[in-house]
Amino acid sequence: MGWTLTLCTTYDSTSVRDETRWENIRAPNSESKTKEFRLQGRTCMYRKIRCAMQELIDHYRTMLVIRFFEEEVEDLFSQGVVKGTTHPAIGQEAVAVGACAALRPGDYVTSTHRGHGHFLARGGDPKRIMAELFGKQSGYSGGRGGSQFMADFSLGFLGGNGITGGSIPVATGAALSAKLQASEQIALCFFGDGAANQGTFHESLNLVAIWKLPVVYVCENNMYAMSMPVGDAFAVTDIADRAAGYGFPGVVVDGNDPIAVQRAVETAAERARQGEGATLIECKTYRLSGHSRGDQRHYRTREEEARARAADPILRLREMLSADGTLSDEDDVSLKDEARRVVSDAVTFAQESEYPDPTTLEKGVFA
Amino acid sequence: MREISYTDALREALREEMARDATVFVLGEDIAEYGGAFGVTRGLLDAYGSQRVLNTPISEPGFTGAAIGAALTGTRPVVEIMFMDFIGLVTDQLVNQAAKLHYVLGEQAPCPLVVRTAGGGGRCYGPTHSQTLEAWFMHVPGIKIVVPSTPADAKGLLKTAIRDDNPVLFIEHKMLYSRRGNVLEGDAALLPFGRARCITEGDDLTMIAWSWMSAEAEAAAKELEAGGVSVDLFDPRTLAPLDMAPLEESVRKTGRALIVEEGCRTAGVSAEIACRLFECVHEYLDAPIRRLASPDVPVPASPVLEEAMIPDRNAIVQAAIELVQS
Ligand SMILES: Cc1ncc(C[n+]2csc(CCOP(=O)(O)OP(=O)(O)O)c2C)c(N)n1
Ligand SMILES: [Mg+2]
Repeated sequence: MGWTLTLCTTYDSTSVRDETRWENIRAPNSESKTKEFRLQGRTCMYRKIRCAMQELIDHYRTMLVIRFFEEEVEDLFSQGVVKGTTHPAIGQEAVAVGACAALRPGDYVTSTHRGHGHFLARGGDPKRIMAELFGKQSGYSGGRGGSQFMADFSLGFLGGNGITGGSIPVATGAALSAKLQASEQIALCFFGDGAANQGTFHESLNLVAIWKLPVVYVCENNMYAMSMPVGDAFAVTDIADRAAGYGFPGVVVDGNDPIAVQRAVETAAERARQGEGATLIECKTYRLSGHSRGDQRHYRTREEEARARAADPILRLREMLSADGTLSDEDDVSLKDEARRVVSDAVTFAQESEYPDPTTLEKGVFA
Repeated sequence: MREISYTDALREALREEMARDATVFVLGEDIAEYGGAFGVTRGLLDAYGSQRVLNTPISEPGFTGAAIGAALTGTRPVVEIMFMDFIGLVTDQLVNQAAKLHYVLGEQAPCPLVVRTAGGGGRCYGPTHSQTLEAWFMHVPGIKIVVPSTPADAKGLLKTAIRDDNPVLFIEHKMLYSRRGNVLEGDAALLPFGRARCITEGDDLTMIAWSWMSAEAEAAAKELEAGGVSVDLFDPRTLAPLDMAPLEESVRKTGRALIVEEGCRTAGVSAEIACRLFECVHEYLDAPIRRLASPDVPVPASPVLEEAMIPDRNAIVQAAIELVQS
């Protein structure tokens, strides 16, 4: 197994994502180096990172599964096969995959309305996730929760949430219980830029700070909350800056770079496990799809989308892997076939599963 | 008279009232360019500009509270809460602030606030995008509650809500946005609060339903009529104030009452209506008052479970037949 040395810098968000650079230098023995510095008043990281090629291939594989899963779900919704609502994470795969790769088994994860990717990255079973979207009994919530409410407590995955900002306090509580029980667990809390304007966000960050709880906040800044661009919703450029107001570090990373996300979360998770408290990691990314089904995307231009598509995290990772010789075209095709098969197996499983028995409707309101 | 959709009717009410009164403004999530999650505010930004059509961040308690402050100081804000489920976040603002301040501050300032929101299920949107929660607010003194079921009611009552000097919770329904019907123009469209609407007349039983259930009950009443059961069907249109007089009069005639509610059964709106009817007309009752409501469970996402939960025209027909046969 070879090593690839990756150089990634977090970028100044005003000049956005094109600034991010990947350089692949064969340097088998070099150590990981991290330098933090201040740029225009914000903390940036400059890191040289070693990572195993296999790790990158694994990331690529999971990102493909998420992408194909979400594309399939969009299709099924537009055909009316799947009902209700769904929020695809297309374009945001690197955040989910990078962040979850930094966790240990047993760590807690709280998710959002756009949570399929988080769940898949945390090891959720694509079949049971798909079945939940179909409203079937074999889904993670027996069809009761749907797209926004699925969990697997055995994986530490505490669920998505239909209320924007609704799961942020849940992460506080999970971290509190880990601390009370003196476990080594931490809680990783995914949320969107939009959720960072909810009261729950602010109240939670303060509680976590004063109680020094082991939480890693991963903000997926995909530039929009439904139709609202971040520029209209915030008077600050970086959401990460808000961490300073609560007394813990905030960092900005390139959310389309799974390794940048992973390393930032690793550092934050280590801090949390050492009892040093929380970190807010803002991952700048882009929602390549509409907010949900039926979104005409009038609030942004097709040119902007085309620019974002050029920075598609999956394409970028693929280019990097093939430029480096790690991934041949044939490997790429077979990885994609494999990912598509995972998704089509999930669809078949969901189709063949039974709907819940309506007479069970009133069961389980109380434990 | 023109036939338009419920959505268009709501939009016309907003447009007309914004044109009539420069202190009326709207605020909420994705209501400007996007036109709101259900398209109600579409076009208002172009017509009235970004000073009066305010897109807010996702901060429901913050912007609803801001609207209350603005209402106390000379303006007439109309807040949009995208889904009624999110009213949970603003309940403190509504209950501890808006509903009380006029009274507890010695009647110095009215609070002419309207909070519009989309309630109800039927679309498999799952447990936090499908709830019916008007019962929560009926318990709160100082809030008016509007639950329109037709375009004419939507337009007329929204105009009245905006002109009202009190906090008004205006509950729209996802399943009704595309419902079509005739509406009037300008002041002729205005409808008073506290006036129930008689939808069909009949002698065999009194039926009471509002919002989406009113439309389902109307379909059920037609079916029942065809089967020889005639229904006196009423839509109260506003739950606070609640127009009991015509309901009482109807029960004196029919001796039987069925109240249909989309929300959960326990401590629901129908419990209040049933009790008020019983207090006034118990000696006329030929059978116990019957409530048809959702069971006490969160609204599940799965289509088969949601369907099993929420009353529909078939369930209404069945309950009505059971009641007339009892
Ligand atoms: C309390 C609440 N308010 C509003 C909504 C409707 N809503 C769902 S997702 C969303 C946008 C969330 O934006 P963000 O947090 O940036 O996440 P993203 O959708 O971009 O992933 C909105 C407004 C909601 N579900 N809950
Ligand atoms: Mg966002």
